[in-house]
Amino acid sequence: MRFIFKTDYDQDIRLAKHGGHVFWYGLLCLLLVAAPVLLSEYLLAQLTFILIYGIVGLGLMLLAGFTGLFSIGHAAFLGVGAYTQAVFTGMGVPFPVALALAGLLSAAVGVVVGLPALRVKGIYLGIATLSFGFIVEEVFARWESVTGGNAGKSVGQVNIFGWVADSGTSFYFVCLVVTVICTLACINLLRSATGRAFVAIRDSEISAQSMGIHLAYYKTLSFALSAALAGIGGALYAHQIRFLSPDQFNIIQSIDLLLMVVIGGLGSIHGAFLGAIFLIGLPQAISAVKDFLPEAIAQAPGLKAVIYGAVLIGFVLFEPMGLYGRWLKIRTYLQLFPFYRKGMFKRQKSFQKSDRLK
Amino acid sequence: MTTSLLSAQNLSVRFGGVLAVNNVSFDVREGEVFTLIGPNGAGKTTVFNLISRIYTPTAGTIDYAGPGGMLRLTDQPPHKIASLGIARTFQNIELFEHATVLHNLLVGHHTHSGGNLLSHMLYTRSVRQAEIAAREEVERVIDFLDLQHHRDSYVAGLPYGVRKVVELARALCTRPKLLLLDEPSSGLNVEETDDMAFWIQDIKNELGITVLMVEHDMSLVSKVSDRVLAMNQGEVLAMGTPREVQTDPGVIEAYLGSVDDMSSLRREAA
Amino acid sequence: MQLLQLLISGVAQGCIYGLIALGFVLIYKATETVSFAQGELMMLGAFGGLVCMTVLGFPFWLSVLSAIAAMAVFGIALERLVIRPILGQPAFSIVMLTIGIGYMARGLVTMIPVIGTETHTLMVPYKDMIWKIGGNEMGIGAVVINIEQLVVIGCTALLCALLYVMFRYSKLGIAMQASSQNQLAAYYMGIPVKTLNGLVWGLAAAVAAIAGLLLAPITFIHANMGFIGLKAFPAAVVGGFGSLPGAIVGGLIIGVVESLSGFYLPEGFKDIAAYVVVLIMLMVMPNGLFGEKLRKKV
Repeated sequence: MRFIFKTDYDQDIRLAKHGGHVFWYGLLCLLLVAAPVLLSEYLLAQLTFILIYGIVGLGLMLLAGFTGLFSIGHAAFLGVGAYTQAVFTGMGVPFPVALALAGLLSAAVGVVVGLPALRVKGIYLGIATLSFGFIVEEVFARWESVTGGNAGKSVGQVNIFGWVADSGTSFYFVCLVVTVICTLACINLLRSATGRAFVAIRDSEISAQSMGIHLAYYKTLSFALSAALAGIGGALYAHQIRFLSPDQFNIIQSIDLLLMVVIGGLGSIHGAFLGAIFLIGLPQAISAVKDFLPEAIAQAPGLKAVIYGAVLIGFVLFEPMGLYGRWLKIRTYLQLFPFYRKGMFKRQKSFQKSDRLK
Repeated sequence: MTTSLLSAQNLSVRFGGVLAVNNVSFDVREGEVFTLIGPNGAGKTTVFNLISRIYTPTAGTIDYAGPGGMLRLTDQPPHKIASLGIARTFQNIELFEHATVLHNLLVGHHTHSGGNLLSHMLYTRSVRQAEIAAREEVERVIDFLDLQHHRDSYVAGLPYGVRKVVELARALCTRPKLLLLDEPSSGLNVEETDDMAFWIQDIKNELGITVLMVEHDMSLVSKVSDRVLAMNQGEVLAMGTPREVQTDPGVIEAYLGSVDDMSSLRREAA
Repeated sequence: MQLLQLLISGVAQGCIYGLIALGFVLIYKATETVSFAQGELMMLGAFGGLVCMTVLGFPFWLSVLSAIAAMAVFGIALERLVIRPILGQPAFSIVMLTIGIGYMARGLVTMIPVIGTETHTLMVPYKDMIWKIGGNEMGIGAVVINIEQLVVIGCTALLCALLYVMFRYSKLGIAMQASSQNQLAAYYMGIPVKTLNGLVWGLAAAVAAIAGLLLAPITFIHANMGFIGLKAFPAAVVGGFGSLPGAIVGGLIIGVVESLSGFYLPEGFKDIAAYVVVLIMLMVMPNGLFGEKLRKKV
C-alpha cells in the first residue's frame, strides 16, 4: 500500500503525483524513444498508427468523455485534417505550417458542427453530428478539384524546411513529438478551470451555468478543440498512408473512433491511448488467431464485424468503465490487498426521466 | 439606512396557461436574512429561478446593486449572475455527481479563476498560482463548514445531509454578495438543522453575505430571519418581521394552520 | 407524369423509413434507450422470410408470418438477455451496445455459407407487377406505377391503423403507454413493466421485420441492407423523438424529399438529402414536429 502524505497544495496540482508516477511514466518515455531500435519496421508502423489514433481519441475523449457531447460523425474532422494537409503539402507549404492549418480548419468545421449543440442535447445532437459526418463525406467525394473525389489523392512526405522524414523511424519521431505536445496540452487543460468547466457541463448544465460557466462558449470550445485534435491526427494519418479517398472517412470510421473511446474508458486520458492500442491491435490479434480456427470461420468476411460487435457488447455489459477502468480496479486491488471490496467502483444508475426505477 | 441590494417590482411569469408568479414585489436589504414562506406550488422556487435568470419574467423587473452600481438583472444572461455576486443552491441538489467534493467547490470558484485557453494549455506560472490561490480559498470554505473528512469523496456516495452542506459550500465559493438558499433544511434531521441555523447566522454576521431563502421549517425561520415574505398561489400574502407574518390571519389560513395551532409557534418565537 | 411516379416512390421509401423509425421511437419511449440495431433487425427479418421460403419451403404467407413471429421472439430475447442488465447506464454506452449488436448480426449473417455477401431476391406474389394508367394502346404517355411500392404504402397504412387501435383500445396498448410515461406509477398499478418492455422490443423487432419484407422486392436482400436504418434516424428526429405518428410523418417527409432531390438536384444530393433536412429541422424546431420539450425542473 502506498501512503501519500501531503504537505503542499502543489502536490495535488502537479502532473506526477508521487514517485511511482515519475518512475513508470519515465520508463514509458524511455521505451517510446527506444522503440525504433526495439521493434521491427512493421510493428513500428503499427505503433505510429496507435499514436495517430491516440491523438484523435484525445479529441473525441475531450468532447464525449469530459464534456458529455457525443459526436457520431467524428471521422469528418479526421478527413478535413487529412485533406487539408494533403492539399497544402502538395502546394509546397512546410509541414508545421500545414499541420497548423489542418488543425485550424478542422477547428472551424468543428465550430460549425457544434452550433446545433447549443440548442439540442443527447440523441438529437448525436443525429446532428451523424448528419454532418455524411454531408462532409459527400463533399469530399464531390469536390473533385480539391480532393480528387473518389479517384483519391496522393500525399507527399513530411518536409520540415528541407529535412524530409523519409523513413519509418523519422516519421515515427515526428508523430511522437506531436503526440506528446497534444497530450500535455490536454492534461493541462483538464486540471485547469477550463477542464473543470467541461466536466461541469457534462454533469449538470444548469448548476454549471449558475456557477458562471458560459455554456455556449465552452461547448463551442470543446467542439473546436476536439475537431482540431482530430484534424492534427488526420494530417499525420495522411502522411502515414500516403493516399486518401473519401470512403476512409465514412460512418464505419466514425464508429471505430467511438468504439475506441468507449472500450478505452470514457472520461480518462489513458482511455484514449488504451483504446487506440485496442483498435490497432485487434485486427493483428485476429490475424494471428485465424490459423487456429476452422476454415469456414477464419475465411469469412464477417469475422471482423462479429468480433468487434462481441467485444463491444462484452465491454458495455461487463466492464462499462473500459480498459482503463479495469486497470484501475486491478491496481486498487493490488494496492489495497486484502482489503479490496467488490462494490468499490459501483456506478450509480441514472435515468433521464426521474421516476424510473430500473 | 440600509441600502436595498435586490428589489423585485411587479414580477410576473406565465407558463402556458399557468400564472406561476403574479405581481410580486419585495426588496432585500443589504446584510439581512430574508425568507420566503408559503405552501408548495406558491411560486417561491420560481422567484429564485427568475432571479438566477433560468426563467425570464413575462412582466416586471428585478433591480440589483451590482459591482458597478444598480443594474437591471432581468437584462443579464444566466451565466453572468455568478460574476455579479449572486449564488444559489438548488432544491433537488444539482451537484456534479461523478466528481469529488473538492472538484465541485473548485468549479464554484470558476468566475474568479481567470486565465485564458492558451495559458491553461501551457499551464503557465500565473495559472499555477491562481490554482493554488483558488485552493486556499476553497479550503477556507471547507473549514467554515467542517467538510474536511469529505474533501476527496465522490459526491455520488455521500449521504443526503452532507450533500446539502456541499451544495451550500459550492455556493459560498463563488464569493457571493447575495446567497439564495432553496429549502436549506429540507431532509435534514434536528441536529443538522441546528447546524444549518448556526451557519446561516455565521454567513450573515462573519461573512457579511445577504441571504434570501425559501424555507418551510418555521422554527428555523423564526431563529434566523430578519424579514419574511409569505406567498400563496403566486401572490404576496404578507411581508414583515417573522412575528408579524406568522400572526397574520391570511397567512395562518393559507399556510400555517388555524389559530389553535398558533400557540406552539408563539411559544417558540417568544 | 414523372412527378407522380417520384412522389409514389418517395412515399413508399418514406414508409420504410417511417416503419424503422417507429421501432426506434417505441423502444425509446419504453426503455429510454436509443437502438441503433433496428436496421439490422430489418435485415434479419428479410433474411428470415427468405430462409422460410427457400430452405424451409413454406408458402409466401406462412413465410411472412413466421419471419415476423421469429423476429418478435428475437426482440424479446434481446431485451431480456442484453438490454435489461444495462438499463441505467449512461445513454451513450447503451447506444454503443446496440451498435455492437448490429455489427454482430451483420457479421454472422455473412458467415452463413449459403447467404454470404451476395444479394438475394424474395419471390413475392406481386413481384415486378406494374400498373399502367392512361396513355395510348402502345403504352406511351402512361403513368407506370410499381405494385411493389403500392403494397409498401398499403401495408404501412394498415399497420399504423392496427397499432393505433392497439394503443388506444387494448389493455396491452394502454399498459405500454402507461409504463412509458411514468414507470413507477405503472409498477404501483400492478403493470408488469419488465415484461412489457420485453414485449415492446418484440413489437419493434416485428415492425422492423415487416419493413424488411416489404423492402425486399424493391432493393433485394443483402447483408448491408441495415444501413438504410441510418436514414431512419433523421426521420425519427424530424418527427420528434417521442412521438409515434411523428416517426411515420418524418419518414414520409424524408422519403419524398429524397426522391425529388434525386431527380431535380445534381448528383450526390440524393444521398445526403435526409441529413440536410434533419439539420434544418434541428435549427428551426429543435424538438421535431411533434416532439415534447424535455426540460429539467430545478
